[in-house]
Amino acid sequence: MDWIASLQATLPELVLSVGALALMLVAAWGGQGSTRAVSWTAVAVLLGAGIALAGPASYAGVVFDGLYRADAFAAFAKVLIYVAAAVSIVIAPRFFARGDGDSLHPEYPVLILLSAAGMGMMVSAGDLLTLYVGLELQSLAAYVLASFMRRDQRSAEAGLKYFVLGALASGILLYGISLVYGFSGTTLFTDIATAYGAGKSLGLTFGLVFVFAGLAFKMSAVPFHMWTPDVYEGAPTPVTAFFASAPKVAAVALAVRVAIEAMGPAVAEWRQIVIFASLASIIFGAVAAIGQKNVKRLLAYSSINNVGFLLVGLAAGTQEGVSSVLIYLTIYVAMTLGGFLIVLQMRDAEGNPVETIDSLSGMSETRPGLAAAMAVFMFSLAGIPPLLGFFAKLAVFQAAVDAGLFPLAVVGFVASVIGAYYYLRIVKVMYFDSPAPAFQRSNALVEYGLITVLALFISPVGWFALKPLGVATMAAAKALF
Amino acid sequence: MIGLTHYLVVAAILFGMGVLGLIANRKNLIIMLMSIELILLAVNLNFVAFSAYLHDLVGQVFAMFVLTVAAGEAAIGLAILVIYFRGRGTIAVDDANRMKG
Repeated sequence: MDWIASLQATLPELVLSVGALALMLVAAWGGQGSTRAVSWTAVAVLLGAGIALAGPASYAGVVFDGLYRADAFAAFAKVLIYVAAAVSIVIAPRFFARGDGDSLHPEYPVLILLSAAGMGMMVSAGDLLTLYVGLELQSLAAYVLASFMRRDQRSAEAGLKYFVLGALASGILLYGISLVYGFSGTTLFTDIATAYGAGKSLGLTFGLVFVFAGLAFKMSAVPFHMWTPDVYEGAPTPVTAFFASAPKVAAVALAVRVAIEAMGPAVAEWRQIVIFASLASIIFGAVAAIGQKNVKRLLAYSSINNVGFLLVGLAAGTQEGVSSVLIYLTIYVAMTLGGFLIVLQMRDAEGNPVETIDSLSGMSETRPGLAAAMAVFMFSLAGIPPLLGFFAKLAVFQAAVDAGLFPLAVVGFVASVIGAYYYLRIVKVMYFDSPAPAFQRSNALVEYGLITVLALFISPVGWFALKPLGVATMAAAKALF
Repeated sequence: MIGLTHYLVVAAILFGMGVLGLIANRKNLIIMLMSIELILLAVNLNFVAFSAYLHDLVGQVFAMFVLTVAAGEAAIGLAILVIYFRGRGTIAVDDANRMKG
């Protein structure tokens, strides 16, 4: 009975893993010709996993003797992960269909599914073992995705750099886990929290530092961000869109869960680390992006910058803080997916992708619709009202101020003004520079539809979503306290 | 008498050597893969030592999982290395510089 209940609570992961394995067989038998069918089936599997979230997966609580948590917090993060994964599958075929040899293989959607299953395990982890296995499942699939364009030297290099630095991060995280296990005698989050509450020990503090360093690596927070720009630039654009959205959600949600559930009593220790990483990410992400010429690289620095703001909410360490992190994640995923969808539309007359910011010049004349959508995303990333990006930043700063972290909120606010410079530069290039050659037109109705939906969500129309979002994130955050 | 501390010190040294191998090595990517293995083995030594010290099996179970994942990780690392070598004709670390900024 208990066993059946546990299986029911993990239904989303079961759907994803069984679906991925079945599709892997289809891909092996069907070969190149099955790509289209496998892609759409993979989207259907993600939808099925999303529907499974409505069942016990969102309220069953602790299952598998504490190894796995099926609560509202995990369910909220999983919805974001599945949406981002589905979008990355949908946008892939057109990017790869340009005939220079690196076509889309049916393994692409399978790898995304496996990665999504791993991310589901991460956000549902109730034990260090689940955390580690989920993280590795996500990472191993991601390394392959980054180097998916086998004949492209930049893609191979991106995969290699991601692999080496990701493996180092896993090693650091594991070393921390081994110390936490040794000095607390357990790997269950609840028992670890008891051990942290019982008193200070050097081993436990060291373990905490190593674990947070490893997690910072996975969410690309400064000082462990160095892989981000190279990997984002070199990886195929649909994969970059995936990296910037889903694994980021999973890593941040995992960090929140570890910080609150496993290391809650040690809040004084991890708060210093989180505040440092947060401020460093905000400032570095803003300053280093200024001189960039490549749009994907710029968006990579933007993602580092945004992780900083997410950590402001975590530093608060309160229920409001966790709720603000989830609000920020939702809006961030919409903004960043929108940005990358527009990067996907940047193709020269022959249909080859271009990535320089200069090629956006005068886009308001050649492609007014796209330019307007890009302007919405950029203004929102800069945090300018009345767009939703402003309310995301408002939520995290509000939580920080309520927790008494005034200096953090003030410095973060000032640094966000620096960040506004490079977002607004893109708008200036699009609207005031003399036109560059126009981008190739296409009839990608799905992509235009997605851009429209995301831009509308970010625009003042999205205000209608703010109230339900606040209620849902508060309910999700309550699961951790 | 060899105690827990001895094992922890050895594991810490191995871990440090692995990290140094990743950071200081500028020549060969295969050495990087070896360094990664070294790090994971240092962690395993920690787990097993703690497991014996605490009379708790979880540490050894964890070590088994780490071994399995390490095997998968090495396989993927070598596969990426092969496509990298095919495109570039070299596996020197310093040559991995197509992207800068």
